[in-house]
Amino acid sequence: MDNISALLGGFADVITPVNLLIALLGVTVGTAVGVLPGIGPAMTVALLLPLTYGLPVEQSLILFGGIFYGGMYGGSTTSILLNTPGESASVVTALEGNKMAKTGRAAQALATSAIGSFVAGTIGTMLIVLVMPQVVDFAITLGSPEFLAIILVAFVGTAAILGSSRVRGFAALLMGITLGLVGTDFVTGQQRLTFGSPFLADNIDVIVIAVGIFAVGEALWVAAHLRRRAATVIPVGRPWLSRADWGRSWKPWLRGTALGFPFGAIPAGGAEIPTFMSYLTERRLSKHPEEFGKGAIEGVAGPEAANNASAAGTMVPLLALGLPTNATAAIIIAAFMSYGIEPGPLLLTKQPDLVWMLIASLFIGNFFLLVLNLPLAPTWAKLLRIPRPYLYAGILFFASMGAYAVQGQPFDLYLLLALGFIGFAMRRFGLPVLPLIVGAILGPLFERHLRRSLQTSGGDISGLVGGPVALVCYFIILGVLVWPLVARLRRGARGDDDDADHGGDDTPSGPVSTSTTHTWEGPGS
Amino acid sequence: MTVLVGYVPTPLGEATLRAGVEEARRRAERLVVVNMSRDDVLVDAHRAGPDDLDRVERDVAELGVDVEVVRIEEGGDPADALIHAAHERAASVIVIGLRHRSPVGKLIMGSTAQRILLDARCPVLAVKEDGG
Repeated sequence: MDNISALLGGFADVITPVNLLIALLGVTVGTAVGVLPGIGPAMTVALLLPLTYGLPVEQSLILFGGIFYGGMYGGSTTSILLNTPGESASVVTALEGNKMAKTGRAAQALATSAIGSFVAGTIGTMLIVLVMPQVVDFAITLGSPEFLAIILVAFVGTAAILGSSRVRGFAALLMGITLGLVGTDFVTGQQRLTFGSPFLADNIDVIVIAVGIFAVGEALWVAAHLRRRAATVIPVGRPWLSRADWGRSWKPWLRGTALGFPFGAIPAGGAEIPTFMSYLTERRLSKHPEEFGKGAIEGVAGPEAANNASAAGTMVPLLALGLPTNATAAIIIAAFMSYGIEPGPLLLTKQPDLVWMLIASLFIGNFFLLVLNLPLAPTWAKLLRIPRPYLYAGILFFASMGAYAVQGQPFDLYLLLALGFIGFAMRRFGLPVLPLIVGAILGPLFERHLRRSLQTSGGDISGLVGGPVALVCYFIILGVLVWPLVARLRRGARGDDDDADHGGDDTPSGPVSTSTTHTWEGPGS
Repeated sequence: MTVLVGYVPTPLGEATLRAGVEEARRRAERLVVVNMSRDDVLVDAHRAGPDDLDRVERDVAELGVDVEVVRIEEGGDPADALIHAAHERAASVIVIGLRHRSPVGKLIMGSTAQRILLDARCPVLAVKEDGG
């Protein structure tokens, strides 16, 4: 009951005209960037981070929470109307959603995705209220060795589970950790990887890394590559659902929520896997299996609920442990740090008002999103007519301004450009971006826990395996790393390894995204 | 020599097409219908779908005018594309539609029609929506 009354307190704090306006602004911006392929909530939050230095911390977090939720709504619009997912989480929506649109049921597809997102977002946010404090109670008992193990799970998870190949994932992760290590050693005061430059002695600011990799990298990539023929808009009326559509939608919404939330909450779960699983579940359970592949409403309702529920689930490790499970959450962690707030298990004890206010604002943002998206979906589709040069000129402007604002040093602009080229090269060679960001943000934290545990055990390695939690984590890591090898050996023993499976590519969303939809290899999540 | 029409799938575009057909008859020349969509946007409202262009070709051919339908999908500037096409096909006249634009809109976006009027090397017939 404590949680509920604390939440009500959060509502009381959040309902002021200014806060409501900020929430509205956040969800509007979030929907807009969700609609535009290639521009995701993570890039947007990174770009806006330096601009919000002037705002109180509560308001900038309300803004970012709104952008995060809004991105999940907006992504479906492009999937349905254009077969081009605005976000990686909406790839699956395009499968049935675009078919529905082509058979003249665009309005119903948009309606079921908006209402499903609202249902899943509301239930998911309620689950945060119920689950998060329990996780905090548990997390407070954990020491450095356990945290070290949990961070390692997040590292291995983001590098090995997401993306097309483990090698590329780990390469990106190591690049991120390297970037995170630049600066002064916090124990000995030694300078590391600074190349004698005084500008690098004070660590590379995470904002510069995020903006460089996401924004500048993406802009260079688009400038170099993406020219393609314009599409014709599929005209839509006002989104609505008939009684039959409601009847077919509500169960997929609930099942999608049940799948999405836990996946969002575990490190490296993300939204891609649950959306795909939800799609498969709906196809199996549907009473109209013949409609799948031709525009079945269940195939839109389930995945859309799943991706919003996973967005809500992401908030649990973010607020309870300070662990980001996707790119946007990683940037929100950076936002906490830039306000001098240490994200982690103590956040709820030290800043309870802030946390409950953020959660209350998610409820309100979710409601705003339903109001914004249900009647206005056709209007949002008009954003796709903006010529790319205008869009990316704006992004580069904000990126440079943001990087410069961090310290007021021209050096950061050169750094931004260099990181932009790294981001471009990563897209060119198919390296996932998320492990780099996670590595850069969690790398220093990882180091701190590692050294603290080694200091307490007097340099004894056994000090790293303290307690059952750490052991479980190491078993999970071992499983993730060894399982593909075992699977391959078993397949080899059966002698049917005819599918050339390079790099242990077992992400279920892989074959879908390449064969049936145009994926946009951008920083989707 | 040909009559070149810049076609868009709107009422104004249809009016432009009608004027183009009349002009082609008057001059007894071949009619070239051009639809341009930009390649730097995801969705171009001026892009005519394949069905639309087929219908245009059929309708105009039924009226007894020799017609060629051209779709241009590269480049970011409709004015350039149209002028280039006119030059290539030795157009004796270009027929375009004029939209009403607010002063602010003109200031920010410029005007394709204005560019064509200034840069074309042949006469330009400008059509307005009401009154055809």
